[in-house]
Amino acid sequence: MAEDNSNGKNGNRVGLLQRVKAGVQEDVQSLKTDMPAKAKEQVEGLKDPTKTQVFTSIFRHKHDDTPRNRALGVLSNVFLHLHPAKINRDAVRYSYTWGMGGITFYLFIVLTFTGVLLMFYYHPTKVQAFRDVLYLEHDVPFGKLLRNMHRWAAHLMVIAVWLHMFRVFLTGSYKKPREFNWNIGVLLLVFTLLLSFTGYLLPDDQLGFWAVTVGTNMARATPMLGHEGPFGKMMGMTPYNDVRFGLLGGSIVDANALLRSYIWHCIGIPIVASVLMIVHFWRVRKDGGISGPAQVMLTAEGDKPRRQV
Amino acid sequence: MDWKQLWEICSAPDNVPIVGMIPLLIFYCYLAWKQAKANDDLIGELETNPALAKTHHRKSWPFRPGWQKEVHVWPFLLRIEFLATMIVTIILMVWSITLYAPLEEPANPNLTMNPAKAPWYFLGLQEMLVYFDPWIAGVVMPTLIIIGLMIIPYIDTNPLGSGYYTWKQRKFAIGTFLFGFIILWVSMIIIGTFIRGPGWQWFWPGQTWDHNRLIYEVNRDLPDLFGIASNAGKAIFGAIVVGAYYVLGGFGVHAFFRRYNPKDYKRMSLLQYSLMQFFLLTMVALPLKMLLRLGFNIKYVWITPWFNV
Repeated sequence: MAEDNSNGKNGNRVGLLQRVKAGVQEDVQSLKTDMPAKAKEQVEGLKDPTKTQVFTSIFRHKHDDTPRNRALGVLSNVFLHLHPAKINRDAVRYSYTWGMGGITFYLFIVLTFTGVLLMFYYHPTKVQAFRDVLYLEHDVPFGKLLRNMHRWAAHLMVIAVWLHMFRVFLTGSYKKPREFNWNIGVLLLVFTLLLSFTGYLLPDDQLGFWAVTVGTNMARATPMLGHEGPFGKMMGMTPYNDVRFGLLGGSIVDANALLRSYIWHCIGIPIVASVLMIVHFWRVRKDGGISGPAQVMLTAEGDKPRRQV
Repeated sequence: MDWKQLWEICSAPDNVPIVGMIPLLIFYCYLAWKQAKANDDLIGELETNPALAKTHHRKSWPFRPGWQKEVHVWPFLLRIEFLATMIVTIILMVWSITLYAPLEEPANPNLTMNPAKAPWYFLGLQEMLVYFDPWIAGVVMPTLIIIGLMIIPYIDTNPLGSGYYTWKQRKFAIGTFLFGFIILWVSMIIIGTFIRGPGWQWFWPGQTWDHNRLIYEVNRDLPDLFGIASNAGKAIFGAIVVGAYYVLGGFGVHAFFRRYNPKDYKRMSLLQYSLMQFFLLTMVALPLKMLLRLGFNIKYVWITPWFNV
């Protein structure tokens, strides 16, 4: 320090202006040399997006075509991990499963999607409901398509559930260790029918009104719990306190029935059915994946423990 | 032949799923039968050739040594699932664009629809209302159907036929299920949809629905045929007839079952055996009661002050 100040001048020290000038020159130079290099790097990097940080943060493994990555692709994905990594080579044959369980689930998703959209336009009240359907049919963009798709998907789902049950029965897939899952499936069948049935009333037209009237009139005849059923009168049942009253929120199909139908249809049953579906899918995996096509058993082997494949 | 009437029924938007379901069901029955036949042929061959049974891969699908027994879910299963969702979406799209969901007049409790039909999947139960009182058709039967389905895995003691299609190894189980599903459930729905017209009267396909048609039918009760007039007598007589049906029918099933199904008979516990008997006889009672009604105009078999069967 002392040396620098010896001649009383600034000596060979560079002035502030010069320093700034040199700095700016350096910056300009770096822009000229670094940026093209970086840009090149960037473009190079885009050629393999799987190496980017965004990609690796989403996907937890490489996208190489190796058995390991094929397995990881299924196992490390929350939606796909319902599946095992590998399955019986014959299980992918359509003729065994008919794909009906999966189609049922897909239809449930379609119905949830179209259903939520329909809910934006629908008021479950006696005056509004029918008008809302008319509005959907005539004014809402794609409203008609939406309503049609919701209805036909519902019908298709009922058929798909039946066919799924039919296939499961014909392949003996309810047998040990899948007894419990068959029971969950029966409950899901019931809830599918109830979902469809509760939706029937919602347009509040003659078709739904009379279908639900016919349907719930049967509840009057419930033994002990309906006012027209065996032993109903003895249990003190009247049209105003029996099981039908509880279902409809009244003694006739009216505003309360519409609201109850709506809540069961849009909230109550979908939640219960979703929970049961979770159990159903979980148990499919836990019980050893889909049941077959398994190796055929001979009569003599029937009484022995099952052969391990 | 009223083609217009027939077309009106078949083309009613809500009936289209049923019209579609019939060929679908036939196709899947054929698909199941084809595979059952192939497996039964293979089983027959292996039963007579123990040496082959030891080395055979035990499936009717082709398999060669060196082939992998399992395949990756990604892509072999996922591509099929993806394809299935695409196909279902296309079907739904086309269906929703071409066919409009029905919307009748606004709900009007003062104007009864004739015929007032339940949603199509419940028409089997509605058809049963002709033959049984509402407490049986609307409450007891659905309950028994659900319970009956749920206990299937627990009363079917046959270890054979788990995970593959077969007929010869499970004749009784599959025969019973087909009887319940095809004869009692699906064909009742078909009758309810295509045959039942105004007043829930029987109109053959192609017959004009005559809203003024009256059928003069005198329905009798079974005790009347035997000249039993007193209420107590009717109640006791009916109890005896129904009891006798279950006892004699049970005996008949027993005689049949232990002869033709000796292995299952031996494996079944008392509880399993009696449950099987009860549900089978109750199921068979439906067509018997239909026969009594349609063939002999008999309304009730068992008349009591509280309920009628």
